Amino acid sequence: MLSGEFIAFIGLALVAIMGGVLLLNLTKVVHMVVALVFTFVSIAGIYVLLSAEFLAAVQILIYSGAITIIMLFGIMLTKHNDESEAKGIGWRKILLFLGVLAFGAAVYIGIYDLDFTSETSSLHVKNTEQIGLALYSDYIIPFELTSVVLLVTLVGAIILARKDDNGKEGDKE
Amino acid sequence: MSNVPVSAFLALALILFCIGLYGALSKRNTVIVLISIELMLNAVNINLVTFSKYGPAPSINGQIFALFAIAIAAAEAAIGLAILIALYNNRKTVNIDEMDQLKH
Repeated sequence: MLSGEFIAFIGLALVAIMGGVLLLNLTKVVHMVVALVFTFVSIAGIYVLLSAEFLAAVQILIYSGAITIIMLFGIMLTKHNDESEAKGIGWRKILLFLGVLAFGAAVYIGIYDLDFTSETSSLHVKNTEQIGLALYSDYIIPFELTSVVLLVTLVGAIILARKDDNGKEGDKE
Repeated sequence: MSNVPVSAFLALALILFCIGLYGALSKRNTVIVLISIELMLNAVNINLVTFSKYGPAPSINGQIFALFAIAIAAAEAAIGLAILIALYNNRKTVNIDEMDQLKH
């Protein structure tokens, strides 16, 4: 008998895979990025099924919000000729497809009958509070290091994307 | 069997990873290559959260790892876009097979 959880999983997985296939097959770049938003939102639904509600919220905020918008900025700031994809199917793409297929089959052999003795987890009870307690007790040093990484990213992105008006200063670095 | 088996989640992550791998290796547009890499990182996050609930020892640690992976992925996307814009200002192209200055 199909349970509601299984039906929800099937629907979310179908939407996620459909977004990925559309990413590979569409021709316009903006359409590809918008197709991938469907994948990101369904992955957030998968997180809810796996009792990770805080991660689902983070996924929607970061991926469907921030990363999609930053990719759209990258597309709008550069110029694209949409018909630049190679016409026809080259032997290189066939070899690549076969390689990826072989990789997928090899991993699938390892996971298709994987099952653990499932003990009941209590992850869904006060999920955000559990994450906060773990972050500020066990993982406090990686948490602070992440803030340093984000600061370095901010400074580095500004320096890299700056227009090089006075190139003499740039040469000294 | 009432709930979803663990291998179904892992198979979904595997399919998404394969799509991302194929896109990253076959597309010529640099923005699409970057976003395919994001898709691969997302598939890995699904694996981490799955083992956090259905693994041999369920605990919150898998979700914490996924949180750190999301933070580093966001940083990587920002730096990748900055490098792309800098390259575009110099070469006026976004095709990844024309960015070969290091070969000459």
